[in-house]
Amino acid sequence: MVKDQTMLDRLTAAAKEGSVSRRSFMNYSMAAGVTASAATGLWGTSAKAEPKRGGKFRVAQHDGNTSDQHDPGKYQSNFEISYGHTVRAYLTMINADGTLGPDVASEWSATPDAKEWTFKLNPAATFHSGAKVTAKDILASMNHHRGEGSTSAAKALLASVEDLVDNGDGSVTFKLSAPAADLPWIMPDYHLAIVPANEDGTANWQSGEGCGPYKVVDLEFGVGATFVRHDEWHGEGAWFDEVEYLVINDPNARQTALVTGDVDACSLLENKTLGLLARNPNVEVDNVSSAQCITMPMHMDVAPFDNNDVRLALKYSINREELIEKITFGAATIGNDFHHSPAMPYFPAEIEQRAYDPDKAKFHLKQAGLDSLDVSFSTAESITTGAVDAAILYAEHAKPAGINIKVVREPNDGYWSDVWLVKPWCMVTWGARPTPDVMYTLAYKDDAAWNESHFQNERFNEVLLQAKAELDDVKRAEMYHEMGMISRDEGATVIPYFPNFVYGRRANVKHSGQLSPAWQMDGYRHASRWWFEG
Amino acid sequence: MGDILKLVGQRLGLGLVILLVISIIIFFMVELLPGDIAQAVLGQGATEENLTALRKEMGLDKPAPVRYLQWLSGAVFLDFGNSIVTGEQVSSVIGQRFMNTLFLAAYAAVISVPVAISLGILVALLRNSIFDRVANVLTLTSISSPEFFLGYILILYFAVKWNMFPAIASLSKDMSFGELLNRTFLPALTLVLVVVAHMMRMTRAAIINLLASPYIEMARLKGVPPLKVIVRHALPNAWAPIINVVALNLAYLITGVVLVEVVFVYPGIGQVLVDAVSKRDFPVVQACCLIFAATFILLNLAADVGAILTNPRLRHPK
Repeated sequence: MVKDQTMLDRLTAAAKEGSVSRRSFMNYSMAAGVTASAATGLWGTSAKAEPKRGGKFRVAQHDGNTSDQHDPGKYQSNFEISYGHTVRAYLTMINADGTLGPDVASEWSATPDAKEWTFKLNPAATFHSGAKVTAKDILASMNHHRGEGSTSAAKALLASVEDLVDNGDGSVTFKLSAPAADLPWIMPDYHLAIVPANEDGTANWQSGEGCGPYKVVDLEFGVGATFVRHDEWHGEGAWFDEVEYLVINDPNARQTALVTGDVDACSLLENKTLGLLARNPNVEVDNVSSAQCITMPMHMDVAPFDNNDVRLALKYSINREELIEKITFGAATIGNDFHHSPAMPYFPAEIEQRAYDPDKAKFHLKQAGLDSLDVSFSTAESITTGAVDAAILYAEHAKPAGINIKVVREPNDGYWSDVWLVKPWCMVTWGARPTPDVMYTLAYKDDAAWNESHFQNERFNEVLLQAKAELDDVKRAEMYHEMGMISRDEGATVIPYFPNFVYGRRANVKHSGQLSPAWQMDGYRHASRWWFEG
Repeated sequence: MGDILKLVGQRLGLGLVILLVISIIIFFMVELLPGDIAQAVLGQGATEENLTALRKEMGLDKPAPVRYLQWLSGAVFLDFGNSIVTGEQVSSVIGQRFMNTLFLAAYAAVISVPVAISLGILVALLRNSIFDRVANVLTLTSISSPEFFLGYILILYFAVKWNMFPAIASLSKDMSFGELLNRTFLPALTLVLVVVAHMMRMTRAAIINLLASPYIEMARLKGVPPLKVIVRHALPNAWAPIINVVALNLAYLITGVVLVEVVFVYPGIGQVLVDAVSKRDFPVVQACCLIFAATFILLNLAADVGAILTNPRLRHPK
């Protein structure tokens, strides 16, 4: 009956270590000739056990500061974001498999023009104080990011929201000035955490209160926090009885803590030691393709970047494979000069990958009427691991094409205010955004505040607006394909790669085998999704 | 005794003036950093609109001298204001962290000062022997390596390979004192290794310097055994420079430990200062720096008083 015993053995092993989900396990075993019932049996007995409750889960967390705070509009550090997903909840969530699922909102729907979205709240959602989550809380939480005088970094995300209405039946409606088919995908943005409302309708974020899977027992910013399960949580999971986050900013200390067993999981491993860590039988490394992105935007209206041939020459003169291999040690997904990662929905996989080709670069340089080109490229060590090395390597790649890239190493301090959006060509890191629409609207739309390449393209903007109003997935995918092509061939941004999320756990910590590409640590839902084995 | 009290009074007064000058320098250095606090808080997510709103909320729309004077008017009454970023009282941000730093410094000092001084006496006694050479090479090696490197080496052997001490020195509230000493042993040991060499070599040099003096020769000629010559006759005259070096090293244990804190994940004040500087959180930076400055001023004063007390000749400068 079983056609392929070796495949089955491999599958069972993969299931045991938790690197394959139940669904894929079933699919593959049936492909190997096992009947459905036999496959179910295999999964249940010989393979990985179902999630178990219990235990204290200790996590070494990077990027925590004494200056961290509770205002979700000012969330910026990874500790704050992790806290947001542990203590607080969002209207919707990115599931482990990358799809969109319910959180505080149990279902949602739009009018056909995608200008009104109604979210129905889960009646079970409860704050840690015991109060039910009401429409009033949702309004307060969202209005915190809107309107005059809002200091929220998410203000731009909700700019098209004209009005928010409490429907009085446990649902809220967002009325938009322009269609936004992606609105439910914006809701898991880490700033848009649900907090309780004050009497006067403002958001009470100061208390740190939330309606997420764990409640705070003890919290000191820059040091760590301990949590216990919130028994009235509306979601599924939260297997650990207790959770402890320990801020460990030093990568070496973090990894040592994981190796010695002082912690059970550890965020952000260093790429250069991945190979060594993976050899340790007590440690499992998770290497997850993400929508984070390294971009190299040129100001499209500044010479010499105002000539598309010059831009193409620069795009052809970077060896992306070598950068991924030497700078990220393989922990990245290749870029193709359009800001749409394979980890986002609607990814146009059929667009041809641009390869390193100094001859083509030379050709385009000639088209631009140039024999050689001298350009300055600003970067800083803090952008990403090996950022300066990556720039220098790029400069070497470009030499055979007659392009002389002068790498300018800028100070880490003040990079976002003095270099980004100021210097005509620099290196930038972008956090993962949930959809191509969010990304293109933030940084490529004609009037975007962060249009880092000063990108202006009529057709691109037209399709972008059309896609916002299109609720048909097939048609939207076509539109993102077109936008990808335009950015790739006419845009002003070189995109070398999308860095992976790389994190580790002790071998006795298990997860479903699928990990959300939204953030580190399973979209920072590790506390509610993972569990201890036996 | 009166002259010492007068000295202490004068020096404390001078110390206050120094603190004031330091606070002005720090304020304007923070101002000089590229970007302001609103930009640092919002980071890549800053737009013109929310920057303006945040600046207003944080009171950054006022000119710098006005903000400094506002802060100063509170600081005179020991109210160091609130952190601009989190809005919490500076004292509550810093308080516990400073106590942690003091604890670690005390732990390291209790080990390092007696070890360094007795080692110093011992190597002075056995000068130019193998023991002297080995002690010198070892302590010089440890002082020459950066602290984080020493820390990593200790972690590699004591935590990862031999599993004797925990690799991270994170604290929890319900820890017993013994557990606390065990958890913080590696960071304390790192600090000990860093400061011992300086104090030991100063002790050795100060003693050997005196061994050529006529009164030591006299003692020797009388037949006093070498150890007694050093401890009874040379050491009392050598205290002044030793105390000075000890004071400097104690100050270092409090102010210079940020690398050790980072490597061992110890919640001390150094990390607070680094975070505050990167966010331009001026009241916190100011409070940390003033604490560090006051530490130096007080320990220097203590060193001078100690030197005078051990050497009555210093009371009557010619």
